[in-house]
Amino acid sequence: MDMTRPEQIEIRWHGRGGQGAVTSAGMLAEAAYYAGFKGVSSAPAFGAERRGAPVTASTRLANATLRHFSQVENPDMVVVLEDSLLVTANAVNGLGAKGYVIVNSHLAPEELGLSNGFRIATADADSVAEEIELRVSGVIMVNTAMLGAVAKATGLITLEHIERVLNHTFSPKAARKNIEAARMTYECTRCAY
Amino acid sequence: MTVETKSAVVITGNKAAAEAARLARVEVVAAYPITPQSPVVEALAKYIETGDLDAEFITVESEHSAMGVCIGAATAGSRVFTASSANGLAYMCEQLSWVAGSRLPIVMGCANRAMSAPWSVLNDQQDSMSQRDQGWIQLFCRNNQEILDTFLQAFRIAEQVKLPVMVCYDGYILSHTVMPVEIPDQEEVDAYLPPYAAHTALDPAAPRNINPVTLADPRLNGEGVLCHGYMEFRYLMEQAHQEALDVIVKADEEFGARFGRRWGGLTWSYQLDDADTVLIAAGSLAGEATISADMLREEGVRAGVLGLRAYRPFPADSLAEQLKQAKRVIVFDKSLSYGYGGPICMDVRATLQRHKMATDVDGYIAGLGGRDIKARELAAATRESIAWAAKRHAPKPTGWINLQL
Repeated sequence: MDMTRPEQIEIRWHGRGGQGAVTSAGMLAEAAYYAGFKGVSSAPAFGAERRGAPVTASTRLANATLRHFSQVENPDMVVVLEDSLLVTANAVNGLGAKGYVIVNSHLAPEELGLSNGFRIATADADSVAEEIELRVSGVIMVNTAMLGAVAKATGLITLEHIERVLNHTFSPKAARKNIEAARMTYECTRCAY
Repeated sequence: MTVETKSAVVITGNKAAAEAARLARVEVVAAYPITPQSPVVEALAKYIETGDLDAEFITVESEHSAMGVCIGAATAGSRVFTASSANGLAYMCEQLSWVAGSRLPIVMGCANRAMSAPWSVLNDQQDSMSQRDQGWIQLFCRNNQEILDTFLQAFRIAEQVKLPVMVCYDGYILSHTVMPVEIPDQEEVDAYLPPYAAHTALDPAAPRNINPVTLADPRLNGEGVLCHGYMEFRYLMEQAHQEALDVIVKADEEFGARFGRRWGGLTWSYQLDDADTVLIAAGSLAGEATISADMLREEGVRAGVLGLRAYRPFPADSLAEQLKQAKRVIVFDKSLSYGYGGPICMDVRATLQRHKMATDVDGYIAGLGGRDIKARELAAATRESIAWAAKRHAPKPTGWINLQL
């Protein structure tokens, strides 16, 4: 699904401490750079992070070199690593009327109870990570998988761009597993628009 | 831009700083970890361990010792690098003065962070500002590419004027934010930055005093040679700062000729040519202000931005020249001289007064302790400043952006 590329796209990631939202936000910036965006940035919402607490990260993608790095407050897209954060972190706060909401959830987009105006996509990244045993310290990891959902839902990046990022970030073995997770999640992403 | 853009890597500001130190072929690194600077020295420790950088990493138990090691190594003739933030920088305080007074060209990174108390690991610029008068050159960066490039320029500047340089970059906002950074070729960097030829190198064949004890007036040494007193040493240090005003510009010009990127030398500007309303700041805050200027221009306000790269030496004459057409200047400071106002604001006011310019200068304090600053807030402050001037004759008190009392 191709999206006419605007001058700048602002993305907010929602996860919990330990889920790797900050890491995958940075990976999206890098993948988008490979996809031809000249200005990309990704910044964690700064604070004393702790496991399990809601965290956010801001990613900006632009056609020109970026001049500002403040936190995103009116995103064009939110990526949510756990569907409970839709409520507890009010993940769609400030999201534009036709904004993308991309959620790790076993539910269909229509079942999330969100405004119809949003472009909603869901992917059951938990099941993907379970299936291929993508775990860190026993905990399943869905952050890299959700890059596949972003690719499918927006067309801003492709699986090849994601692969390139993962290949140079991880050891060959870990990269293979993460690439597989992104690919499977890409395949199972459901878009309600 | 004459050089074709090469492919970049997407990295943090801390990584960009470490890459610069590697490319500068620093020979000694001594540092103590502190948030948000730690990843710089972690990266350098790794480069040294893997052989990517042929240098000594000297572990120390404190920042005071880190700078002590740097002083020794630099005196003996090594190119030296260290980095710190906030409390760590404060702990180096005594040594910072020693470095500048000894005229050692040490380059350090300061990932800007708030000073405690209360405790904060987040960004403002109070830490480097608190060390402003130690004799170091202070340069500010607005993005990660500028961090890498400024460190390379810093070694060149430092070694030419024999003054230490503190390269300041906003903690987290740049230190932990990834963005594309072009890594220059090693051969090009080598050509730009030849090996350091130390003016202090020790030589048994020509023994001399290092940092002699001075008295109030010049006096004869044991060989009957008249030596400087303390004031003469310090006057020469100030002369070096004045000389640095040119050297900083030339270092940037020559960098631009070789690498295709120039950062403005002492200052940079955005939409300044016809601006009657000028926003001034240092670091990433000034970048944010360029977005505010866009917003204000859409409303018909002729706004522009003047960003400070060099804070010490202070580019006073250059600033006065560039602000000739300005009716109103709004200065945003991420630090405070308690009991008075924003330090950059005070310097700008003094500069304009000295040049007999009647420009209004209003000051705002912004982003202390990591308070996020949006472009719309800087634009709102600018509107407030304009409105105050239209209605009131009393000087506007210092404003505080997004204060939530």
